[in-house]
Amino acid sequence: MKILVCISKTPDTTAKIAFTDNNTKFDVNGVQWIINPYDEWYSLVRAIELKEADPSTVIHLVTVGAADTEPIIRKALALGGDEAIRVNLESDDSYAVALQIAEVARQGAYDLVFTGKETIDYNGSSIGGMVAELLDLPYIAMATKLDINGTTATVNREIEGGEETCEAPLPLVLSATKGMAEARIPNMRGIMAARTKPLKVQEPVAADVFTAVTSYGLPPAKAGVKLVDAENVEELVRLLHEEAKAI
Amino acid sequence: MSVLIFIETADNHIKKASLEAICYGAKLAEKNGTVAEGIILGAVQDNLAGLGQYGLKKIHQVNQTLLQTFDAQVYAKIIAQAAAGTGADTVILSNTITGKTLAPRLSVRLKAGLVSGAVALPETENGFTVRKNVFSGKAWAAVRVNTPVKIITLNPNAYPVSTSEGLAEVVPMDAVVEAGRIKTLQVQKASGEVPLTEAEIVVSAGRGMKGPEHWGIVEELAQSLHAATACSRPVADAHWRPHHEHVGQTGFAIAPNLYIAIGISGAIQHLAGVNRSKVIVVINKDPEAPFFKAADYGIVGDAFEVVPKMTAAIKKLRGTA
Ligand SMILES: Cc1cc2nc3c(=O)[nH]c(=O)nc-3n(C[C@H](O)[C@H](O)[C@H](O)COP(=O)(O)OP(=O)(O)OC[C@H]3O[C@@H](n4cnc5c(N)ncnc54)[C@H](O)[C@@H]3O)c2cc1C
Ligand SMILES: Nc1ncnc2c1ncn2[C@@H]1O[C@H](COP(=O)(O)O)[C@@H](O)[C@H]1O
Repeated sequence: MKILVCISKTPDTTAKIAFTDNNTKFDVNGVQWIINPYDEWYSLVRAIELKEADPSTVIHLVTVGAADTEPIIRKALALGGDEAIRVNLESDDSYAVALQIAEVARQGAYDLVFTGKETIDYNGSSIGGMVAELLDLPYIAMATKLDINGTTATVNREIEGGEETCEAPLPLVLSATKGMAEARIPNMRGIMAARTKPLKVQEPVAADVFTAVTSYGLPPAKAGVKLVDAENVEELVRLLHEEAKAI
Repeated sequence: MSVLIFIETADNHIKKASLEAICYGAKLAEKNGTVAEGIILGAVQDNLAGLGQYGLKKIHQVNQTLLQTFDAQVYAKIIAQAAAGTGADTVILSNTITGKTLAPRLSVRLKAGLVSGAVALPETENGFTVRKNVFSGKAWAAVRVNTPVKIITLNPNAYPVSTSEGLAEVVPMDAVVEAGRIKTLQVQKASGEVPLTEAEIVVSAGRGMKGPEHWGIVEELAQSLHAATACSRPVADAHWRPHHEHVGQTGFAIAPNLYIAIGISGAIQHLAGVNRSKVIVVINKDPEAPFFKAADYGIVGDAFEVVPKMTAAIKKLRGTA
């Protein structure tokens, strides 16, 4: 089986969110970059588990980004995976990114393409569905469990208020979320091995750009908390009813 | 030209998030001097013509048994056909799990730029720009869409529902419906509960509750408010509560009118899922808990004492004591 795992780079979850250049660019000053948690903890680890169960499995990683994504890819390779492909394009347009991933997927004829549920910076939740449509493949979003039996995948996915079990033929595109696997940390052997694993750089195919971010902003700050005495809970309820009109 | 709104259903009823999407689409159509039309797939028990009061002029319905189970590939083809048929220049969906699965497919099919998680009406005076949430609600981005057709998924609870007079014309639509490739084997769903992502009020509790056996007072408070229940991540990880209640960076992102956080410290990753709530109430025994910084109202106190008192006060207010 051949698996492609999409890896994206995001600021650490505790990073300070600020903007520069007249609020048109994210301020990368002092930002710690990480592998998008959904890609690292869920997609990649589940792919590695599948390879552990069947060593003939091949795992490729793909990232669409500039050279500064390479430390992230090396870390992903240290966790596992056989080789990585970086498409040399930096873009905030989901379609342009998805087109590159679809192109890599088409060339590699993968049985499974993993994406994360969403990137925690852009929160698009779009790439997986776009890649699937570009390849005319089924797509299961928010997958929490995956088992492969021959050429059939059995998948649990989140639905509102619960979970659903479904079955789909391979090849298949998935977006992974919590439940899919348990996070791992790379060990020394993995880190050493990652140094020599192939990391191919590929130029992007021509892509239309559908969207562009023109500016950023922060939501208005809260006015500050109004504290009510623990002995006076009725006062809180009155405030919520009369002042906040929330109940 | 028109604005086409995908009307999502759950258990044969129209979802509240879709009513918001309809009102949003109708307002956009009014702004642009076009009309708002809807597309609905499968059967529904609600009165469709009545959706006219939210601003829809026409509703295209494809009602075939194959559509009773959702398959994004099948649905996307039909919605794309409807968009072409109505000459839609904008297609609106809800930013629900269904919307997140469908919209990217539609984007590719229609060669239409997608803005997911919109929180405001598009600015159309100078191009077409939509505000969306980024950095898990910690910021917004204005996204310009350059394609002739645009797709927007609207965040639940981001746009108010309003009504006026009006009836929509319901027209059956001809479509070739194929069988999907994904087969549903089993659905496990807590029935009768308020869906978390659509709830107006959410009562949420964390590790401060000490153990699952203490959730009774949380549920009673939720019931008194007709609220949905949620929890922090360690609570779901420890299986004190089901995973679909977990909110935050790695759980669901919600934006209710009122979020009540009980015994939750307010870690940045928790806030990432709830910081768009309109009013936040924090009940925590530690006055230094970071959550108070993000709250509108707070009580420093023991949840085991404060929460039952709050339930009683609400029942008194509502006359149900
Ligand atoms: C990458 C990443 C992603 C994460 N994603 C999420 C996420 O999606 N959602 C999430 O919630 N967390 C997430 N976390 C974990 C997060 O950092 C916190 O650890 C977690 O939110 C803490 O949960 P808690 O507030 O329930 O527990 P604690 O931090 O243990 O807080 C318990 C609180 O209860 C209070 N308390 C105790 N007893 C009482 C009492 N009797 N009455 C009133 N108050 C009391 C305490 O003062 C304390 O403030 C993530 C972490 C990482 C690193
Ligand atoms: N630049 C990128 N390179 C590789 N994969 C990506 C990239 N951007 C997003 N993805 C994948 O698509 C998922 C969803 O991203 P998004 O649609 O932007 O929220 C991520 O979790 C990644 O798996």
